[in-house]
Amino acid sequence: MCNVCGCSHGEVRIEGDPAGQKQDHAQSQAHSHAHDHADHHHHDDHGHSHDHHHHHGEEAHDYGAGPAGASVPGMSQARMIKLEQDILAKNNSYAASNRQYFSNHSILALNLVSSPGSGKTTLLVRTIEELNGSLDAYVIEGDQQTSADAERIRATGAPAIQVNTGKGCHLDGHMVGHAVEHLRPQDGGVLFIENVGNLVCPASFDLGEAHKVAILSVTEGEDKPLKYPDMFAASNLVLINKVDLLPHLDFDIDQAIANARRVNPAIKVLKVSARTGEGMKAWLQWLTAARTMVLAGHQLAASE
Amino acid sequence: MHEMSICESILDIIKEQSRTQGFTRVDRVCLEIGPLAGVEIDALEFGFDVVMRNSVAEGAKLEIHQSPAEAWCMQCAKTVPIKQRFDACGECGSYQLQVTGGEELRIKELEVN
Repeated sequence: MCNVCGCSHGEVRIEGDPAGQKQDHAQSQAHSHAHDHADHHHHDDHGHSHDHHHHHGEEAHDYGAGPAGASVPGMSQARMIKLEQDILAKNNSYAASNRQYFSNHSILALNLVSSPGSGKTTLLVRTIEELNGSLDAYVIEGDQQTSADAERIRATGAPAIQVNTGKGCHLDGHMVGHAVEHLRPQDGGVLFIENVGNLVCPASFDLGEAHKVAILSVTEGEDKPLKYPDMFAASNLVLINKVDLLPHLDFDIDQAIANARRVNPAIKVLKVSARTGEGMKAWLQWLTAARTMVLAGHQLAASE
Repeated sequence: MHEMSICESILDIIKEQSRTQGFTRVDRVCLEIGPLAGVEIDALEFGFDVVMRNSVAEGAKLEIHQSPAEAWCMQCAKTVPIKQRFDACGECGSYQLQVTGGEELRIKELEVN
């Protein structure tokens, strides 16, 4: 547990450590994270005890060692420190360095967010199959436990890495940075980051992606954009998945789109079915367009 | 439950400040949190006490200033108050609103000793 992933408390595991073995890896990763953190503590504790013993320890009765540097009877040395600092600044700085890396290497990074069970992984598998090698696709899979999803992606031949967040409810910029180090996507590639299935927390944590893509399946309610407005407000595109099931459901797709637009008037909407392939062409066109925007002005564009 | 992570981030900032500004105790932490920041205040208050335990901010008082949620209405061409992200403009009923305030998630100040 380093930086913002407070709720995961040392249980974050990223596949692909040089040690290779999952068990060893989990331990070594947890170790290095815990170590970092312990280090911080160490500095803290050290700094404090040092101060206490040598400078303004209570034993020495040094009244000039308070924050004010002087003591006036009856007056507190308490002071106000103005910070006006963004609480998520640290995550945002990790995200900014990821974004810089993606920009330097012309990588289109997409953060896929949805409820559990909306069909993100199936959609990704189908997308990679239909891309058929026309773009280099890479996947970071975020789940609390198991590497089942990364294995499904790897079965398509695309490189994938699993990040287990342990107790954590979202991926953060730091986890993604580490995963990218292991995954080493090719310049000009497309990196799909499949976030933890959760429509609440991932909205607040920037990963450095170019776009958040929300996936809403027709087996959920059409009021989901209103129930979870933060996620739909933060996304640029919503894919309405499993549209092949529409004849069997009461889902009002027009209402769902209207609700998404109420929350985010600029959001784009595509209807897809990862199972039948309906609408996949439009989604692939969106991907190509988004990638072209990433390449625009970059050297790689000239070489294509 | 990302409120716990947010409390951890607050603690990180406090620790860094205690190193650079040389204080050993925090008595009060003032935050500014907008209603659209995606933070449940009750959960944050609960997490705060737990996360600050055994730190320079153990027992610190948590003060939360809630900034108002506002949006720019493109039809009225002015700032209007809103309650949620999907609210219509209270004056013209349009949904063409751009949120301009209420997403704040900031540490405003620390009272230290």
